[in-house]
Amino acid sequence: MIPAGFEYHRPGDIASAIGILQEHGDEARVIAGGHSLIPMMKLRMTDMSHLVDLQAIEELKGIEIESDIVTLGAMVTQHELITHDGLASAIPLIREAALQIADPQVRYVGTVGGNVANGDPGNDMPGLMQCLNATFELSGPDGNRSVAAREFYEAAYFTAREEEEILTRISIPKPGAGIGQAYEKQKRKIGDYATAAAAVMVGNGTASVAMTNLADTPIWSEDASNALAGGDVEGCVAAMLDAIDPVADNRGPVEFKKHVAAVMLRRAIDRAQNRAG
Amino acid sequence: MSKMHVKLTVNGKQVEGLAEPRTLLIHFLREDLKITGPHIGCETSHCGACTVDIDGKSVKSCTTFVAQVNGADITTVEGLTNDDGSLGVLQEMFREHHGLQCGFCTPGMITRAHRLLQENPNPTEEEIRFGMAGNLCRCTGYQNIVKAISASADMMNAQKEAAE
Repeated sequence: MIPAGFEYHRPGDIASAIGILQEHGDEARVIAGGHSLIPMMKLRMTDMSHLVDLQAIEELKGIEIESDIVTLGAMVTQHELITHDGLASAIPLIREAALQIADPQVRYVGTVGGNVANGDPGNDMPGLMQCLNATFELSGPDGNRSVAAREFYEAAYFTAREEEEILTRISIPKPGAGIGQAYEKQKRKIGDYATAAAAVMVGNGTASVAMTNLADTPIWSEDASNALAGGDVEGCVAAMLDAIDPVADNRGPVEFKKHVAAVMLRRAIDRAQNRAG
Repeated sequence: MSKMHVKLTVNGKQVEGLAEPRTLLIHFLREDLKITGPHIGCETSHCGACTVDIDGKSVKSCTTFVAQVNGADITTVEGLTNDDGSLGVLQEMFREHHGLQCGFCTPGMITRAHRLLQENPNPTEEEIRFGMAGNLCRCTGYQNIVKAISASADMMNAQKEAAE
């Protein structure tokens, strides 16, 4: 399987990358780890004349742990998320989820920025970032702007990112002490997308609940979060089942997906509550 | 599309060539460099038969453009033999423990196991299975692959101790 031809660019900074996107419009695409994009290119389900490789841009790298905020460069790989001890103690939920993404080879190259920016409902990081109330930093021809993860996803593969913008960093408020976190994912096999996955934070009278691959966007539910914050687990599950909108596919019929969604959510809540201070 | 100049280090040797940017690393290795250890299995980044080591990372070379790794240091299963050309520890242990039947997945298995043991010299059985999850074998049922990797870890550690 050989993709259509393209011209390859490896800019050294964000401004140059945006310049290439501006010059070529929708004929250009950025590539991070490429493990979502390259398979699509090989199947000729997508092609472009210009491929803009972000790997040489230092501004897109690095994990920073500050007193009340964590920032992740868009080009940070899943492998780096897993092996970074400072991150694991600041927000353990991220390592727990990253270990459940794809397989070791894919995690060495797959990036957090690619995972959240692609807009694939099967990706795990979007729901996780909604649970954590993260903010995505975007750079484009008109400068920089921030979009909340909870406002970013419009439909499958459609996000608030404009064609000529690049997602550069992700900012995540550190959950306070006493907040328990858990990520539960049901998948058919290693490397598969979730049949259903749940990200939960709970503690100190607060809660946040999001789910993955149960609609054409990740689903963060305010009602489900409020119910859990008040200690009402059944109310939380009921509100979430009301918010999701799964469709039947090769992972199962709608009834099965709702069943698995409830099981994953209850398990995640249970574990997060046990970990809360 | 015009070809680009590609420079790589493969198994310790500097190599150069011309390739279209769309050329996949697996094709460049096999067809241009005639390094046929890495195999083309599923071609959809699931099976891991094409796994090579790139700058200290296990990567599926069927899902990597040669343009992306221009300048990189690459190791394939051919690079894991001893200096005198005899089988390296992992290769010897796969033979000893019958960690293969048809052998198609073996180059990817061994190349991935090499990186796993570099990162975790004393893996538990569970850690081996988790660390090898990106490589599929349709013959063995994995049991002897796990045994071979575990035995390799023991032998590498014994060799390290003997050298100290």
